[in-house]
Amino acid sequence: MQLIVIVLCKESPSIELMLSIFTSYYGEQVVLIFLTFLNHIRDIKDPEHPYSLEELKVITEDAIEVDNERSYVRVTFTPTVEHCSMATVIGLCLRVKLMRSLPSRYKMDIRVAPGSHATEAAVNKQLNDKERVAAALENPNLLDMVDECLAPSYA
Amino acid sequence: MAEPSQLSQYIESFVDSSRSPTQQAASLEAIASLLKNKQLTIETLVREMEGYLTTVDNIIRARGIILLGEILVRLASKPLDDATIHSLIGFFTDRLADWRALRGALVGCLALMRRKSSGGMVSGSDAKAVAESYLQNLQVQSLGQYERKLSFELMECLLERYPNAVASLGDTLIYGICESVDGEKDPHCLMLTFHIIEVLSRLFPDPSDALAGFAHELFEILGCYFPIHFTHQKDEDMTIKRDDLARALMLAFSSTPLFEPYAIPLLLEKLSSSLPSAKLDSLRYLTDCTMKYGADRMAKHIEAIWSSLKEAIFTSLDSVLLFTPESLGGPDLPKNEIAAEALSLLQKLIVQNTKLFLDLIVGDEDISMIFNTISNYKNYHEIPLERKQRLNAVGRILFTTAKASQVSCSRVFECFFSRLMDILGLSARNSSGQPYFDESILISKRCNHGALYLSIEILSACRDMIASSETILAATSHTEETWKYLLQSFSPALTMGFCSAFSCSSEGTHDAATYIGVKGLLILATFPGGYSLISKTVFEKILVTFVSIINEEYSKRLSWKLALKALVEIGSFLERYHESEKEPSYMDIVVEKILSLAFVGDFGIPFPLRLEALSDIGTSGRSYMLKVVQGLEEAIYANLYEVYVHGSTNSAEIVTHLLKCYSDKVIPWIRCEKGFEEVLLQFAINIWNQIENSTHFNASQTNKKGVLDVMMKAMKLAVANCSEEKQNIIVQKSYNILSSSISFPLEELLLQERFQIAQEVDNSSSRDEWVLSHFAAVTIAIHPQTHIPNTRSIVSLFMTTLLKGNVVAAQALGSMVNKLDLKSTRGQTSSDCTLEEAMDIILNLSLWIFDKNSSSSIQSKMISVHDTGLNDLSNGVENCTSLQIHAILGLAWIGKGLLMRGHEKVNDITMIFLRCLQSSGRAGISHEEKSISENNYKLDLHSSVMKTAADAFQILMGDCEQCLNREFHAIIRPLYKQRFFSAIMPVLQSLVMKLEPLSRSFLFRASAHVIIDTPLIVVLSDTKKIIPLLLDGLSALSNDVVDKDVLYGLLLVLSGILMDKNGQEAVSDSAHTVVNCLVDLTRYPHMTLVRETAMQCLIAISGLSHARIYPMRTQVLQAVIKALDDPKRAVRCEAVRCRQAWASIASRSLHF
Repeated sequence: MQLIVIVLCKESPSIELMLSIFTSYYGEQVVLIFLTFLNHIRDIKDPEHPYSLEELKVITEDAIEVDNERSYVRVTFTPTVEHCSMATVIGLCLRVKLMRSLPSRYKMDIRVAPGSHATEAAVNKQLNDKERVAAALENPNLLDMVDECLAPSYA
Repeated sequence: MAEPSQLSQYIESFVDSSRSPTQQAASLEAIASLLKNKQLTIETLVREMEGYLTTVDNIIRARGIILLGEILVRLASKPLDDATIHSLIGFFTDRLADWRALRGALVGCLALMRRKSSGGMVSGSDAKAVAESYLQNLQVQSLGQYERKLSFELMECLLERYPNAVASLGDTLIYGICESVDGEKDPHCLMLTFHIIEVLSRLFPDPSDALAGFAHELFEILGCYFPIHFTHQKDEDMTIKRDDLARALMLAFSSTPLFEPYAIPLLLEKLSSSLPSAKLDSLRYLTDCTMKYGADRMAKHIEAIWSSLKEAIFTSLDSVLLFTPESLGGPDLPKNEIAAEALSLLQKLIVQNTKLFLDLIVGDEDISMIFNTISNYKNYHEIPLERKQRLNAVGRILFTTAKASQVSCSRVFECFFSRLMDILGLSARNSSGQPYFDESILISKRCNHGALYLSIEILSACRDMIASSETILAATSHTEETWKYLLQSFSPALTMGFCSAFSCSSEGTHDAATYIGVKGLLILATFPGGYSLISKTVFEKILVTFVSIINEEYSKRLSWKLALKALVEIGSFLERYHESEKEPSYMDIVVEKILSLAFVGDFGIPFPLRLEALSDIGTSGRSYMLKVVQGLEEAIYANLYEVYVHGSTNSAEIVTHLLKCYSDKVIPWIRCEKGFEEVLLQFAINIWNQIENSTHFNASQTNKKGVLDVMMKAMKLAVANCSEEKQNIIVQKSYNILSSSISFPLEELLLQERFQIAQEVDNSSSRDEWVLSHFAAVTIAIHPQTHIPNTRSIVSLFMTTLLKGNVVAAQALGSMVNKLDLKSTRGQTSSDCTLEEAMDIILNLSLWIFDKNSSSSIQSKMISVHDTGLNDLSNGVENCTSLQIHAILGLAWIGKGLLMRGHEKVNDITMIFLRCLQSSGRAGISHEEKSISENNYKLDLHSSVMKTAADAFQILMGDCEQCLNREFHAIIRPLYKQRFFSAIMPVLQSLVMKLEPLSRSFLFRASAHVIIDTPLIVVLSDTKKIIPLLLDGLSALSNDVVDKDVLYGLLLVLSGILMDKNGQEAVSDSAHTVVNCLVDLTRYPHMTLVRETAMQCLIAISGLSHARIYPMRTQVLQAVIKALDDPKRAVRCEAVRCRQAWASIASRSLHF
């Protein structure tokens, strides 16, 4: 019996529906491979480690919501420890990368997973304040750091 | 005699360390040449140098001694008398103690020691003195790298050339060597030290010798190098590699059996390491040591070796067996290097110590455990992965063991084979083939895949063993070996076992069953030695089984393929080993049966599968191929007859398949084999005969075209692979038929009459068309030297045919023009013509068509031809247009033929195309307007004619599969594309400048074809001039959907330019226009690839100099933002990369 591999984008309409259609056609051998927004951000390097954010489980498939019709993305990331000082930098990297990768019609919302960080509210506010993001990107040191983290994701 | 003053000058300039190295070398050479030419003697030189050699100044003394040493190196072949050598070597021996001037002394000693016997050698006693001085004075490890190397070379030389002299030194020598090599780290020196130890051990072969006491110490020095861990940088010392060092160390390890107590435990320890290279090295060293140390010494370690070896095999082998047709016949060596080495070591050990080792294997618990557990799993795919790996490993071990020798083979059969037979429930008694009481139980038992797999391994080992030692087999055939007895008695039962593995497989299990069944039967069928081991009935039963699979189980792809492959294997085995006994049965059962597949009309098996079977069986041997070809041809002729006479659609389909098979499979095979030319000749002649004899020609129009195409292809290939003489025969034959049957005359025709012929639409019968097409096919495929009779008429014939739109005629004419003699060499008859004359005929005719004066007369002529009121004027114009299109297509092929041979007449043809391209494209509206515009110089042509003219450049430049290539013996001038490119591009460019913008598009199209088909490297050298034309072409072509392939080809050329470093430099001036063009293409709606490539080109452009591209960034970024929303994922991904590349040059932020 052959495996049937179906490649889907998360942008495509209702995945559950498609899955049920395919499984009713082909039986259990259906494997769905999602080519998702995760591909855009999975290779971002952690500022402190030589690992990618996906390897560190900072971001996962489930933590990304996309609504193509309404041009809306929400990324929820989980810092490795509660007092992670890099949470804002990671968030900034995610934002910059998505800004550079997505069409301008998208509205981005980047958040720390609830209960995973000590100063959750402050970080969320900082990441979604476009004035502060723009100001951060004008800081050459910070921009260098972000660029270094993003370098592998363009490879 | 040289001037003393001059000599002392030379000496001075060498010794003086302030002189440049080149001066020093020059003076050294000068002195050496003086000595060689006998203008100077050694004595004079030494006397002259006395001061330098004995001075207390260390530097000058060192230089002086080096000078003397280097001179001796250069005099290696000059004969010297013994006294001189004696005194010189004495001097250098003394100097070894002088550590400040050591290099010269070492060089000198080495030069003297290396002398050949013809020119006087150092005596044994002197050599001994050197060795003594060496051992006494040199502290090798405290010297520099170069001196260490020299001293090791000296020691190596002493050991190799004066073994007896130095051997008498005994303990002192060994001790000294131990001391000097201890702790060496330089790779060059290590190579020498390893060799020194190897030679030293050879010097003292006797265990009671002096070496015995030092063996432990020496091995400690050696052992710490194992396994070689080489960290040297790649750029330095490219001369020595890790493998060289490992080899040298291996030779040192195995140099004396005295190392055995130390070496084997070390190697076994490293074998269990996790480093793959260490494992591999240990196995190689063990193999080498096994051979050198001898059976007795190895016997002590045999148990330890077996357990580590078993472990290595178990862990390194792949766990997955391949069940593909490819792995069926080949000697399935393990891909893993470690496993391969381990198995070869195992085989060596078994050969060396058969009895001991076999006891170990037979008594091994792991193996017997596998045997106990395989019966638990019926199906191969039920076995857990780890167990599978074990099973595979045991299989390989048994294979290697059985293959090692006859004795081991017998033992394996005795112990394991009979156990397997028990597991499978087979017994020798069953061989009579009587029905069983409990058939079902037996079958389920027999389908034990693990056991079947192991028996396959043992059987194939046994087969390989016989095949490799056929002479031994003959000698010992009378002795009753156990394995032979067992094999003979079990083979019928085994055959049934394997067959039942097949039948089990039908229950929807996996391919393992089929594979195992086929492989087992294949191995049984390919036992060498006639019917002595495998009886005739068994062999025939196997063949029948396979053939029945081929006939019936075509729906199961894998088993069908496997069976076919097995049959091919058996066939080629019979051919290879000249099994004359078995060949008749193969011929009867297999070849005849398969051949009948080509004829039987019912469509049980899909026809392509039948042909695959047929041609594959043919490739297994020459005699089978002959048979197959005969059968195939008979089928072709029979079906062709049906097509000719009855116009049968069914037969047409069959004959298409048959001919495809003939040209795709059979002809390539024949080309590789020698001596089958006659077959091809016969094929071609028979086809012609059949055409000749079929006077009633009923081939219907619908299926005719397909059959004609494949027939022509087969004819071309058959003719192309014949030699010239054979081709001459075919050409003569075909010409006779052509001239007898073609209804229009071959004589010279007046221009007007020719034109009328061209206009007589399809008045020739379809048979004539077949004859003509086949003749064209023959013409395309012949050698340049092959003679075509009555060339002149043939050329006009083809010319008139191509005006009717027959492309094959055009191709044939192109080939003829390509291959015609430039000058007539043989006695020329009036009907033959040279290339010049042929071209005259062609060009006159074509010029006449395009001539503006005559074009009106064509019109009037045409009107008179279709004089009835039905055909009005516009019809005439249409006809004229299609005539012109056909003429252009024909000229394109002719031009290609000329271009490839590099003939200058091609220019005339391209001129015609260019004139067509320059026309204003207003023709075809009405005749009145046309006559008005006749005052105009330009030709007025329909736009479709112009398009054809533009596409003619594609025919000119492109490679073609149907004709004019190497396979069909075209004359190809090197670099013809380059020449044409550099000739035509300036013309095209100037034309573009001259024309008004509206009518340029066809010129762009033409130049696009030229640029696309030119090798990129040529375009690169001319980038600056090409770029404007290329960009204009891109924007002109992007307007129409139909041009998308040309557009993509052109864009690829641009991307090739942009990826190249020189190309980037050339582009950088026109970066702005390039970017504009690419930005437009990122929105190209008709082809994703174009958008993606345009995006990649933009990324490449971002690598240009900052000042050039900075002004464009806003424009590019805005275009890229739109592309981020592209419907295709590939384009979006490239867009992200492109945006990053451009954003980072802009300001790195996103605000631009």
